[in-house]
Amino acid sequence: MKTIKELYDYREMIISLVRRELRGKYKGSILGFLWAFINPLLQLVVYTIVFTFITRNNMEDFYLYLFVALIPWIYIGFCMTGGATSVTSQTEMVKKIYFPRLVLPISYATSQFVNMLLSFVVIFIVLILSGKGISLKAIIYLPLIMLIEYVFGMAIAILFSCINVYLRDLEQVSGVLSMAWQFLSPVLYSVEVIPEQYRNIYMLNPIAPMVVIYREILYYKRVPDISMFWNPLFFATVLFIVSCITFSKLKKHFAEEL
Amino acid sequence: MESGNAIEVRDITKSFKIYMDKGSTFKEKVIFRNRRRYEERPVLKGISFDVKRGEAIGLIGHNGCGKSTTLKLLTRIMYPDSGSIEIKGRVSSLIELGAGFHPDMSGRENIYINASIFGLTKKEIDRRVNDIITFSELEDFIDNPVRTYSSGMYMRLAFSVAINVDAEVLLIDEILAVGDVNFQQKCFEKLKEIKREGTTIVIVSHSLSQIEQICERSIWIDKGKIKEEGRPKEVHEKYLSTMEQERMNRIEEEEKRKEEEWQKAGREENTAGKENEKSQGEAVNRDRSKEGELKKIPSFCNSNAIRRGNQKIEFTNIYILNHQQEKKKLVRTGEEMKLMIEYRCASQITEGTFGIGIYKEDGLYCYGTNTDIELKKALPIEEQGFLEITIPRLQLLAGKYNVNVAVHSKDAVEIYDYIWNVIEFQVFNTKGDDGLYRMDTVWVYNGKEIIDNR
Repeated sequence: MKTIKELYDYREMIISLVRRELRGKYKGSILGFLWAFINPLLQLVVYTIVFTFITRNNMEDFYLYLFVALIPWIYIGFCMTGGATSVTSQTEMVKKIYFPRLVLPISYATSQFVNMLLSFVVIFIVLILSGKGISLKAIIYLPLIMLIEYVFGMAIAILFSCINVYLRDLEQVSGVLSMAWQFLSPVLYSVEVIPEQYRNIYMLNPIAPMVVIYREILYYKRVPDISMFWNPLFFATVLFIVSCITFSKLKKHFAEEL
Repeated sequence: MESGNAIEVRDITKSFKIYMDKGSTFKEKVIFRNRRRYEERPVLKGISFDVKRGEAIGLIGHNGCGKSTTLKLLTRIMYPDSGSIEIKGRVSSLIELGAGFHPDMSGRENIYINASIFGLTKKEIDRRVNDIITFSELEDFIDNPVRTYSSGMYMRLAFSVAINVDAEVLLIDEILAVGDVNFQQKCFEKLKEIKREGTTIVIVSHSLSQIEQICERSIWIDKGKIKEEGRPKEVHEKYLSTMEQERMNRIEEEEKRKEEEWQKAGREENTAGKENEKSQGEAVNRDRSKEGELKKIPSFCNSNAIRRGNQKIEFTNIYILNHQQEKKKLVRTGEEMKLMIEYRCASQITEGTFGIGIYKEDGLYCYGTNTDIELKKALPIEEQGFLEITIPRLQLLAGKYNVNVAVHSKDAVEIYDYIWNVIEFQVFNTKGDDGLYRMDTVWVYNGKEIIDNR
């Protein structure tokens, strides 16, 4: 409870760190903040070229199929790789001044989440311009899955950030780890690819139902099956609690370990 | 927590693990398990103190005594191994200035980032931002990116934010080295103002005078424990004299070591056998054989001493006694100081004139006299003897001084022994008057003499 109150007191710090992360990233470039939109757009162009001209895929608008899953996945991926270094990269701050340490992974995850939201603006524009359209009935579930994903990614960032202080290998491993996880999730392929008998086990991976839900909402314009939400919700909650407890235990010696 | 207290520190201890060979990667942790030996070095061994609301205290002590660690524990950057720390109210620390500054963002934007790190909300920052900018004197540059700032401007901005946070408890580590002299003065005034407004302040500093100006109380931490606590002036005086004594001891040890080394070298040279000169490895003896060259200096001298003369009379020991007749090189202005000179004479000299000179560290010649001037005569020389020169009330003010001693023939033609810089002593002054030496003054105000009744 105390931590939550304190984090609330430091909300401005979270906000300004997010702002710094986002704005600092684009400062100095000519197009500046536009890059937040151009980047996903360019990615989309690449995927379109690759999957419509090079590897022919009989699925309709495969680039969109891919894109609506990839953008949410990128958030999780960053929460692992960048989340791991979110405390260690701020050594000076951690060693010299006090603030609730949780602010660091939280603001990192938040800035990545904001990035994802900006990419979603691109997704919407493309959905509308391509004539695919948006289903209002389905879209109301989008904030829900986004929220779950936000918490889930944040939990990963919190856990990784505090472990990495003591075990620097994690930041090296996290890249491979995120790649493996991506291939274990239906980001670049559809769930149907997985043989029927393994599918239940496969779907235990919380990312799998998350991706499926995103596709349902945005690609198929269908209301997602509510039962799909339980797994991500459960994992997000449990992981979040575990991460916070671990973090509060490990944070006490941050200043000495860094 | 007792009412009226802003900080309560109860018996805190803290040790650091000093790894012999620290590894923080997985491989190192697993494979070199046994290599991960470490030493537990206790830094704080049970410190307790209270700070009243609105009080300002200073933490002093030599490097590594644990004062900065204490401050870090107060800021909650680190946690104590045992004991408890309670602080009431918002804490701001002037430990790391400019935390979170982003070089590409403007001064104004950075104010927001930096202030938010102190836990301020947007509204609170909005209210203060103009004060901060005015204080920093950076109005013309505030919308330029911080990377275009000079380091002085950078620090000014950072300090302005930190000091305008309006904390109830302010922790300061070695500040006021910010910007030019004018700005430093301004910071200091601001600090006083903050204190008047009732902020509790804890300062760690090597600048004792700053602490004396702001704090009501000083806590001297030595080897992880509180050694002395009380009015800054009194604590600082004890601290300074202990420090000086330690420094002198170290110098003496160093000199002793050098002398031993030299003696060893001398012995080796002698056993190699030049002439049948019987030497006990004594510096002076060896020197005598090399007339004209700079003499090797004996152990009682300062390391940068220079010796001249023919050593027909030879100083064997020179030291200083303080008013308690202790062999110390630290004297307080106004107290008695004795210069002791021992000599021996192997030749047939019957009389000699002894003289002393005192120089300030920077080379300023302060005082000089000799037996001829003072006593109108030379002293009879014996096989050995000693001369005691008492200065009943030393009038030199704070600083370091060097002593020259000499003995020469009555007509000052033949120099028997002359050691320049033979001994160094330190004067400290608790009264506060300043300059080179203390003049007696009488103050008459409106025709009436004012007397200090204290």
